[in-house]
Amino acid sequence: MGEENKKVVLKVFRTNYNKNESSHYDEFEVPVNRWTTVLDALLHVKSYSDTSVGIRYSCRMASCGSCGMKINGRPSLACYTKISELNKDVIVCEPLSNFPRIRDLVTDFSQFFDHHKKIEPFIHNDLVPLDIKDKDDLVEFEQSPKEVDDYLQFSYCIKCGLCYSACPTVATDPSFPGPQALSQTYRYIADNRDNDKSTRFNILDERHGIWRCHFAGSCSAVCPKGVDPALGIQLLKGHMMGFSKNDKKVANLRAKNKE
Amino acid sequence: MGVNFNMASLRLRESQIMKIHYLTGIVSLFAVAIHILFRLIMPFGQSLLYQNVISNYHNIFYALLLESILVLISIHGFNGLRIILIELKQSSRWESTITILVLISMIGIIAYGTRTIVIASGL
Amino acid sequence: MNNVPDNKDFTMTTSGREGIRGWLNPTRYGWERVSYWLQRLTGLGLLIYFIGHVYETSSLTNGINAWNSMLQLTQTLGGHLFLLFVIGASTFHTVNGIRLIFTESGKGLGKPGRPDYPYHAASLNYKQKSGIWVAILLACIAMLYGGMVLFGQGG
Repeated sequence: MGEENKKVVLKVFRTNYNKNESSHYDEFEVPVNRWTTVLDALLHVKSYSDTSVGIRYSCRMASCGSCGMKINGRPSLACYTKISELNKDVIVCEPLSNFPRIRDLVTDFSQFFDHHKKIEPFIHNDLVPLDIKDKDDLVEFEQSPKEVDDYLQFSYCIKCGLCYSACPTVATDPSFPGPQALSQTYRYIADNRDNDKSTRFNILDERHGIWRCHFAGSCSAVCPKGVDPALGIQLLKGHMMGFSKNDKKVANLRAKNKE
Repeated sequence: MGVNFNMASLRLRESQIMKIHYLTGIVSLFAVAIHILFRLIMPFGQSLLYQNVISNYHNIFYALLLESILVLISIHGFNGLRIILIELKQSSRWESTITILVLISMIGIIAYGTRTIVIASGL
Repeated sequence: MNNVPDNKDFTMTTSGREGIRGWLNPTRYGWERVSYWLQRLTGLGLLIYFIGHVYETSSLTNGINAWNSMLQLTQTLGGHLFLLFVIGASTFHTVNGIRLIFTESGKGLGKPGRPDYPYHAASLNYKQKSGIWVAILLACIAMLYGGMVLFGQGG
């Protein structure tokens, strides 16, 4: 029962760049239980201590990817990080690094999303017409569970930006797409409905493209959804080098032989 | 503009550069291993005597080995430097400056080293 | 309230980029980050050595006296310590580099699958980590052997 009386100090990074405020940390004492998450603690601060603390959050269950921040120096989702698991009496909350700061813990994701858009995150398939006039033209794609497994993991990405914040290349190179966008490219390349590898390779095979990844693995270390961006990126490099066997071609050949 | 056009048409894709990077790395591993062995096959204290070093150079295969190490490591090393530098700062001016400087240093080192090999081997 | 002045504890500006400190700090996120950091630093060090070595050997062209006076410059305690670093660096850079060539070709990483809590990343597996450890270990052994040769006989 004594557990419920436990208190920790929440050290929150504060600033408002629109008002040219100098940055500082505010400290708040927050009661915690075994199940209290950092987001719960921050909301407690907003309810009882300082309503002006700027945070972005939505689902509170690691599905929306809004509450990414650096907790004790490590990019984490505030809703997914239990204070009891941090084993610290002082919890430092800072905005994600490598993102432009807006206010307090809120960062600007527009550049991050731009990188995501640039890799064309949708199925390319020139066998299927884009504007369908007759509903009979609609086709369905067959996919075996194994074929789904090839890309499913990467489709779990919630675009929370933790990997982007942890990446050492992103730290100095804003033109680098970052682990999120690169692993999403692999998500579409591994998808057997997609048949436009060359366009995707052309987008990434440039000076600040995929080859600026050196497998520091930090993205996968912080990913809260098990997407393992580093795995996707290295597999994608294997495809670009022509070393990985082309599963899609093999599958197509098998399908043709069946016919 | 004419120069830029030529540069652009000469430009290798990054995937091609990485293949070269990996390949030069692997090949130079073997070449450097032989190079180091040449210091270890004789008593270590004597391996740096002028006469011994020059006689190594007079072996045409060894001279060719040295030349290939020179070329391989220059490409591998300076490309590595280029990668680190273009990750540090981004602007087309900085990047083309880096590319040109790296190419010049690479060619310079190869030329300087080749001069040593040619003169020392008495070709 | 705990005021922290700008540019002291927090050098990042509104852009939020970690900058060069991002890759200079290897203490976060595990062994793969250490490997990334060491691979870069050893690479840079080896490039400096390579340029110096090409310059050093060019004294051969000026005859025996030039060569001997160059040897006097390099065959010193400092020169040997630097050479010791080069031995370790080249061993690490080679072994870890071979691992990275396989890794970046998509080998030895495991397969994508359905992630389960607590989401251990397949790519950060022990095959990869042991590759890094072996590279560090071999570098230490090579330095030990190099040290014995350099300081044992060369004195």
